[in-house]
Amino acid sequence: MNNERNAVKTLNRTALTDRLVRGLKRDEAVIGGIGNTNFDLFAAGHRPQNFYMLGSMGLACPIALGVALAQPERGVIALEGDGSILMGLGCLATIANLKPRNLTMIIWDNGIYQITGKQRAATAGASDIVAIARGAGIANSAWVRDEQHFDELIDRRFDDGGPALLAVKIDDQPGKGQTPRDPALIRSRFMKGLGTGRSAGLEI
Amino acid sequence: MHWSDSLLAILKDNDIRLTAYVPDNVLTPLIAGVYADNYFLPVAATREDEAIGTAAGAYMAGMRGAVMMQTSGFALIANALASLVLPYQIATVMVISERGTMGEFNIGQSLVARTMRPVLETLGIAHHTLTDEANMPFIADSAIKQAYATQAPVALILSPLLTGGNPAAKAKLKLPKPS
Repeated sequence: MNNERNAVKTLNRTALTDRLVRGLKRDEAVIGGIGNTNFDLFAAGHRPQNFYMLGSMGLACPIALGVALAQPERGVIALEGDGSILMGLGCLATIANLKPRNLTMIIWDNGIYQITGKQRAATAGASDIVAIARGAGIANSAWVRDEQHFDELIDRRFDDGGPALLAVKIDDQPGKGQTPRDPALIRSRFMKGLGTGRSAGLEI
Repeated sequence: MHWSDSLLAILKDNDIRLTAYVPDNVLTPLIAGVYADNYFLPVAATREDEAIGTAAGAYMAGMRGAVMMQTSGFALIANALASLVLPYQIATVMVISERGTMGEFNIGQSLVARTMRPVLETLGIAHHTLTDEANMPFIADSAIKQAYATQAPVALILSPLLTGGNPAAKAKLKLPKPS
């Protein structure tokens, strides 16, 4: 298992988030976890189906699960950092047992809490996110070997084939953008993007 | 009608399908009830903040949810409430079975219970303590409707006066039945 983790190339979150978002073709919902993860999602170009977390560290996958259960025909992607998923590993067991086929989780693993001062995370040591996910029961879990492997793994319909988890070793660079800090607006626009918002005649 | 059947009927009347929960003795009939009815979509969460996150995602995607937990579980969710539910204005129905009072045998439960109402008050979250079957349907139904109308969370606290309390406590402390 550790050999699989050690054999991967170190990639860049900003670049891969951009590749992911540019490849989305079916209005997939994307939940961006706290910090750099959602900054890069925003930097890749806002889409109406993006949800940006400005708090509640560790809840990107549970939020994505809720979206996936409520809209089983829509592909749903959770983007989450390694420190964040370590905070709520139990959700992997919940997701493994519910088996939402339309849920994919992408874990950006730099082995540090980059945004708080690059403190070392457990993932820099003994803890292997893919091994944890497989142990939780998410069989479709893989380390991303390089850019080409990433492209292969995301070149599919996200409304089927899940639950899946991809872990990506990334460098220590911060996120590129800065998501607007207006949670009510983010929620309102996200719901409009999912076709669930109240417009009440207030749309321009 | 048993209090749990009434409450499940109220959830259903308000289009609440997703029921995310962490188990508790007092919640047993509610949890059994959601598994017995295909209308409901039960989510067995491992932590209460995870359940809040899943219900929040479902709400934004058009499916209403309720989160069921016991008092000590509520103590785990202050951050999820303050940094997700409240600022994003996500309607969230919480059903909390009240431990730590009226015959609690576990000192940890009795201490953590003291944090629940102060946290709800501090965050300005509407909360109602359900104490009897006669008033429960009106309170629960109207509080849930208000939560959705105002995009706000609400806590429905199931008092031992309504539920009879934790069966384990009754056995340990030889408690009388509430009148």
